[in-house]
Amino acid sequence: MIQRGIIGIDLGDAHPAVWRIGEVPALDAAAVVREVLDAESAGFHFATLPDAARAPLAAPRADAVQRAALAAPHTRTIALVPEVDAVASEPFHVSTQLASLDYISYGRAGWLVAADGSAPRLAALGRGPLGADDALDEASDAVEAARRLWDTWEDTAEIRDVATGRYLDADRVHYADFRGRSFSVKGPSIIPRPPQGQLPVLAPYGLVPAGQADVLLVSAPAGDLLVAEAAAAREAYPEHIVLAELDVVLDARGRSGADRLAELDALSAWELPHALFAGGPRELADYLGELLGVAHGVRVHPAVLGVELPELAQLVLPELRRRGRLAPVNADAPFRHVLGLRRPPPSRYSTTRAGGIR
Amino acid sequence: MSIHPDFTPSGSLQFGVFFQGVNSGTVWKLPQSGSQTDFQSFRRVAQTAERGLFAAFFLGEGLRLREHLGRVHELDVAGRPDAQTMLAALAGVTSRIGLVATQNTTYNDPADLAGRLASLDALSGGRAAWNVVTTDNAWTGENFRRGGYLDHADRYRHAEAFVRFAKEFWATEPGRRVLHSGQHYSIDTTARLPRSPQGRPVLFQAGDSPEGRDFAARQADVIFSAHPGFDDAVAFRRDLVERTLAAGRSPEELQIMPASEFVLAPTSAEAREKLVWLRELQIGPQQALAYLEQFWGRSLAEYDPDGPLPDVDPVVETTSETRGSAFHGAKALELAAAWRAEATDQGLTILEFVRQRNARGARSIVGSYTEVADLLAEYARVGAVDGFNISPWLIPSGLDEIVDRLVPELQERGVYPTEYAGTTLREHLGLPAPERSRV
Repeated sequence: MIQRGIIGIDLGDAHPAVWRIGEVPALDAAAVVREVLDAESAGFHFATLPDAARAPLAAPRADAVQRAALAAPHTRTIALVPEVDAVASEPFHVSTQLASLDYISYGRAGWLVAADGSAPRLAALGRGPLGADDALDEASDAVEAARRLWDTWEDTAEIRDVATGRYLDADRVHYADFRGRSFSVKGPSIIPRPPQGQLPVLAPYGLVPAGQADVLLVSAPAGDLLVAEAAAAREAYPEHIVLAELDVVLDARGRSGADRLAELDALSAWELPHALFAGGPRELADYLGELLGVAHGVRVHPAVLGVELPELAQLVLPELRRRGRLAPVNADAPFRHVLGLRRPPPSRYSTTRAGGIR
Repeated sequence: MSIHPDFTPSGSLQFGVFFQGVNSGTVWKLPQSGSQTDFQSFRRVAQTAERGLFAAFFLGEGLRLREHLGRVHELDVAGRPDAQTMLAALAGVTSRIGLVATQNTTYNDPADLAGRLASLDALSGGRAAWNVVTTDNAWTGENFRRGGYLDHADRYRHAEAFVRFAKEFWATEPGRRVLHSGQHYSIDTTARLPRSPQGRPVLFQAGDSPEGRDFAARQADVIFSAHPGFDDAVAFRRDLVERTLAAGRSPEELQIMPASEFVLAPTSAEAREKLVWLRELQIGPQQALAYLEQFWGRSLAEYDPDGPLPDVDPVVETTSETRGSAFHGAKALELAAAWRAEATDQGLTILEFVRQRNARGARSIVGSYTEVADLLAEYARVGAVDGFNISPWLIPSGLDEIVDRLVPELQERGVYPTEYAGTTLREHLGLPAPERSRV
């Protein structure tokens, strides 16, 4: 049986030299909506929006949660997954922002967790840099706090009972009482439980304890290793969704992917975070087909978003779909459903067993 | 009548809409009471406001769910989205209206908040604003890293350091570092986004204490005041003109938009009837008891809302940590005695008494469309206010009547815009271009 996988795209320029060839993203609403709509029309199941702090200074981007929120009312199928740093942020605000995005998108939101403990990032907050382990601990605590906050309102907490004059049932709203290593959060959340109950949490493999993530993003330095890593991750974490991370430079505009890559690399070095594919659309479809045989899905990182996205849309995704390698896209499907995750589990605090699942 | 020799009224009014999401003002008990969290509610209100040429759409910021006698408060609407996340979504389904996020200086980080507001301003093409509020209680702080670390006296100094940093950040060329080192913050960051079409987000400020007013006079573009009544508004304007001049600014640089509730009908008599009906919906028997319980510090469930005020004395607690901002400490005994006397004098039941008190706080403008238009034209003529920030008491249809019936009356009287003045919030309000250099 051929496994049908899911495919996502990172809506940023993966190569650091892109702005030097004149590709600078527009910051206005229309441009932001257009990018996400293009990814949706191409048939991507989800889009990640990179943290604005990671964009080159010469090619700045708007806040990732705001980009996702702006695009949500204009889209119907694509899941919207902002990258939000879990170290340099208030967990209460992050939890509220992501839950709000889930409401605005009617259940199409996710969270791509980052953990940046670097000196420049934390100096902006008047904090000193964190060691790698401390940053991971802090991220783990922030994810845990957000997840608890999302559960503090049971799905049925808003009762609007005119007879007793009660809008809420206080017995169905709970305190999180989270105590982490460097902060605590009392709760309850300021926003009711998000439509998905729990937003899918995507995290690079090893970033947070596996139990806190729903989706593990697996990287490797080369294509063949990536297939092996994805297979190993699925075996090690059979309960998780495993996505393979792939950088992509396609043959485009009459030039080979290799040539385009050489031009960009000459402008500034690309410290490759992921396996890289440079070549034509058919070869890419072949390789993605191989990856989809072992992983649940892939996330592609276009070297130059404005160049790679149209090629992926016109030549690569249609080919994968023709070969039956992609799961269908469905309007208004919750992201959890797209990922094959269980229906929202009842709130961990639920005392009213019957009312957990809507 | 001239309010102040150094102040020239603009002669016109602007409207804002405040989608509250909390407290008893929003009626949830009617069949047409919509969702407080569904995006369509927010879209509908924002788009109706834009149809009515409103200058701004406001959202509050929830930092801790209200409590009552140690439990989550059950009786009023509750549960609301993050302001800037929702406003970013609304930026894509509106084209002109300003988008105002209430954000607290105590529980946000300056570099993070200034960056997100700059982002909202860029995405919306220069329509973003920040309603600056401050808090100092440890009860709210339990949800945040920073906790309750501020002295009450210190909070405006702290807020001002925050606002000055934000202005400097927004005035800095992209790619340049912004360094701030002071008593409250040490910040080393880099400006990233280009100057917005309106220069920087507009600043609203809602504090009403003398310190709050002086802070606004120095830093804000618009005061979101609590003084919509005519005489009160005139006195407030006069006070703010003096303070703005003392701060070295022109009085026209600080505008005033009071919070208000509009109760309108075709005739004056119908409007009064509607007000009674509205108060009954806003304050039911349970809310009336709960209101008193906040001050009595104990359950009053055994008292009849249609009977006299409770004869027991309030429980006087020494700590207010768990009771939020309504607690009045040792003054509760005195307060209870005064209220009992007042209710007895006027022959009021608990329910009647609480509705009457609530009406004073509701800041209502009540009347027929033409009556209210005439009244508002008078505000505009003397310059008592620059506009009104209207809290609709019904979501999502609460602005329909204002836009369809009141706005045309105001336009006929020449005191309300007939088109948007430009594309940015700053242009709608007629505010001067902000400082370009360092603050």
